Amino acid sequence: MLAQQLVNGVLLGATYALFALGFTLMFGVLRVINLTYGFYFSAGALLALWMARQGASIWLALPLASLGAGCIAVVLDWMLLTRLRRVQAPELSSLMVTLGGVLALYSALTSWLGPDIRRLPPGIVSADAFLVGDVRVTAAQILILGATALLVGALLLLMRGTRLGLAIRAMAEKPDAAQLMGIDTGQAAALVSFISGCLAGAGGVLIGLNFNAIHPYMGEAMMLRGFVVIIVGGLGDIRGALLAGLALGVIEVMTAGYVSSGLKEAVAFLILVAVLWTRPSGLFGRAVLRRA
Amino acid sequence: MPAWLDDFLWTYQNLVYALGINGLLALSMYVVLAVGQLSLGQAAFMGLGAYSSALMTLKLGLPFAAVLPLSVVVPMVFALAVGGPTLRLAGVYLAIATIGMGEVLRAVYLNVDLFGGALGLSGIPERATAPLIYGLLGLAVLALWLIGRSGIGRAMEAMREDETAAEVMGVPVRRYKMGALLASATLAGLAGCLSAHVSSFIGPNEYGFEPAVTILSYALLGGIGTPLAPVVGAWVLTLLPELLRGVSDIRLVLNGVIIVLAVLFLPNGLLAVRMKRIGARTAA
Repeated sequence: MLAQQLVNGVLLGATYALFALGFTLMFGVLRVINLTYGFYFSAGALLALWMARQGASIWLALPLASLGAGCIAVVLDWMLLTRLRRVQAPELSSLMVTLGGVLALYSALTSWLGPDIRRLPPGIVSADAFLVGDVRVTAAQILILGATALLVGALLLLMRGTRLGLAIRAMAEKPDAAQLMGIDTGQAAALVSFISGCLAGAGGVLIGLNFNAIHPYMGEAMMLRGFVVIIVGGLGDIRGALLAGLALGVIEVMTAGYVSSGLKEAVAFLILVAVLWTRPSGLFGRAVLRRA
Repeated sequence: MPAWLDDFLWTYQNLVYALGINGLLALSMYVVLAVGQLSLGQAAFMGLGAYSSALMTLKLGLPFAAVLPLSVVVPMVFALAVGGPTLRLAGVYLAIATIGMGEVLRAVYLNVDLFGGALGLSGIPERATAPLIYGLLGLAVLALWLIGRSGIGRAMEAMREDETAAEVMGVPVRRYKMGALLASATLAGLAGCLSAHVSSFIGPNEYGFEPAVTILSYALLGGIGTPLAPVVGAWVLTLLPELLRGVSDIRLVLNGVIIVLAVLFLPNGLLAVRMKRIGARTAA
């Protein structure tokens, strides 16, 4: 029982971590708490659903939905934030503009598609399950873990091992200096939006697979968890987001399993409030956070 | 009262109440924005006011004359309790922490039987009247306007422009922030009590993330130059969907678009007048 809960918790946590990675990357580099981020999550899940209904396999639907969410992210970032970035508006303005943007986007999506919960066509992932000792692991869960590991690995490789990653990290450190060194910051910003959007979109598809419930507002519930993860992990801290995401998944599953499922939602915020009171820069944060 | 006015009030009773209550909520956002704090706990304070006053009326049977003043107690105590730790937070941290606070409270309303769970509380008698609501709104605007013209108002403006500089100049920054938070909790608590006692029903989802954002949009649209500006913003955003009956199902889409356009193109709000400039000769 405990081992099973632990496995479920780690799997849920892996998706939280994947989602929070893009969120924290966006903050770390672009210095914006972008509230439209949760919308990319919904968009990814809905795109994958649409493709699956057209008969696409999950191997096609997952990457395409993820890339689609990335493109949406670039367009929205350009529409909402380029103007504010140019005039170097205070961060509150960009928070508010994305707040308004996300309200409009969700409401538009809901009045277009309706608020109903949709399900992926049966058989999109084989229903096989494997027994390891007493622990039951489904094929969908293995897919989730594999896809998360792949994406996190690719992100770390990009950030630490390529010139592009170096440019992005330079921009996170000091945008003006990066620009003087010949980095096209506008392009780098678009790239960061794209990567974040892809991560959110993939997260949406994977959570859709895990719970088999897709609806326009799914990103909003996820955003609230995303906040908890990136603040507990430290804003802009990739390693912190990974650890905090996994921990939150395990804690939520344990609370639902051993205490009460009604408290599952509140637990995340109790952790958030406790961390903000004691260590406002996150469990792993330093005084000034400049990591991306 | 002339017959047409009586007719009008009868038809648009709910709208008349909503305009006054949303005006109070806009002011509760204004007082924290006026000291430069993006504190998004107004919906949570409103919920505390609404739930505590509804319980006082329903379970204790207190008269409304006692319930109304008492309805500010719980929000104020809560503001005092959370104020200490959260006022240390700046900018986005404060915004997120106060949203989190609202979500924790929502989970409490949903899970504790006293608050009626997901069904909320119903059968609250309709005790609040339009003159009462507008009287309180008028008093609040007057009080905030007088404060804004005093030395405290200038200190608040200094804090909003540059907190460090204000502190160096001797403005008791922490005390003013706490005062603003308490005033915000009081106004939102009153609004919650009034709304519970005109609509006869309250539920946990009326005080979550979306109402918090909507309240912010009132103040943003109006601007925070004078206390009247956020009230005008609230009225515009409450009236617009009524005037555009045909699009009432995309009301929230419009609200969102208005916030986006307001931030991008009207950074100072609809009424971008600043208090100290009124009557003063502007240098060329």
